[in-house]
Amino acid sequence: MDAQEYLTKIKAKFPDVTDVPVEKLKDGIPALSCPAASLFEVVKYLKEEGLNFLLNLCGTDYKEYFEVIYHFTSLENKVKLALKVKLPREKPAVASITPLHAGADWQEREAFDLLGIDFPGHPNLKRILLPEDWEGHPLRKDYERKPDQYD
Amino acid sequence: MGILLDEAPYILEKFPGGGYVITSADWFINWSRANSLWPLTFGLACCAFEMISSNMSKYDLDRFGVFPRPTPRQADLIFVAGTLSKKMAPRLKKLYDQMGEPKYVISMGSCSNTGGPFYDSYSVVKGVDKVIPVDVYVTGCPPRPENLIQGIIKLQEKIKKDTIKNNGRARIFNKNKS
Repeated sequence: MDAQEYLTKIKAKFPDVTDVPVEKLKDGIPALSCPAASLFEVVKYLKEEGLNFLLNLCGTDYKEYFEVIYHFTSLENKVKLALKVKLPREKPAVASITPLHAGADWQEREAFDLLGIDFPGHPNLKRILLPEDWEGHPLRKDYERKPDQYD
Repeated sequence: MGILLDEAPYILEKFPGGGYVITSADWFINWSRANSLWPLTFGLACCAFEMISSNMSKYDLDRFGVFPRPTPRQADLIFVAGTLSKKMAPRLKKLYDQMGEPKYVISMGSCSNTGGPFYDSYSVVKGVDKVIPVDVYVTGCPPRPENLIQGIIKLQEKIKKDTIKNNGRARIFNKNKS
């Protein structure tokens, strides 16, 4: 099964999943835009269909909104697929996929730590890189650094 | 003792009340301290590899009596080699506090001197002297082993100028105050 077949199958099963405009993709990996509400079900479906390996999970700040990007691959078919989830700036939250892919654990904690994206359903969502008493999320574009004792 | 007796007369000076004995004790203590600096290696980033290669056979820091120790309780000196993040800073302070007096600090590389290329970062300490007092700053990014050796020689010169009157807690206290 190649990437196009996956795209058509997912779009048939989940009508709210849409294509990402091609000019946005720089790495050539086909991508789908997915609403936050159905993300967990889509990832579960992908896992059953053979896209069973999570390559990467990262958060991005686009000033008006946040985006969480998931890269999946199939170890059998050598197919890559990306999922993009747009999140509102006020309360960014998307279901954790750690119950499906254990490798998402630390990457979700990183996105929570540096961008403040909430992942309901994560077993241990706390800061991973910064000290636990840190205030704010430094990779947000509107983060303002306050001088502390080390500055 | 031969070296001692040969060299000692040149650096003797009068000391009120104590005479020659106190001053030569100064010289003897400084001589032994300067030539057996045992460092606690604190490699944090790429500078750590230059520090490691300085200890290896080609540059051989053992020639200067510099012999790496794994625990702060056996160390006189700490090499802070690399980028000190704010999360790591309390650990560095703790290790420094566990070292016995007298203790010396060599800050190795741009990152530990000033924060270096990460000066504007939210998570990097702008110089280890914000956390612990530093004796010698070694420049470079990272410094070559020759540069580190030069820093050790400078520290030895500094130690040889020290006196018992200033040693221990008093030395550290004065340095923080100024």
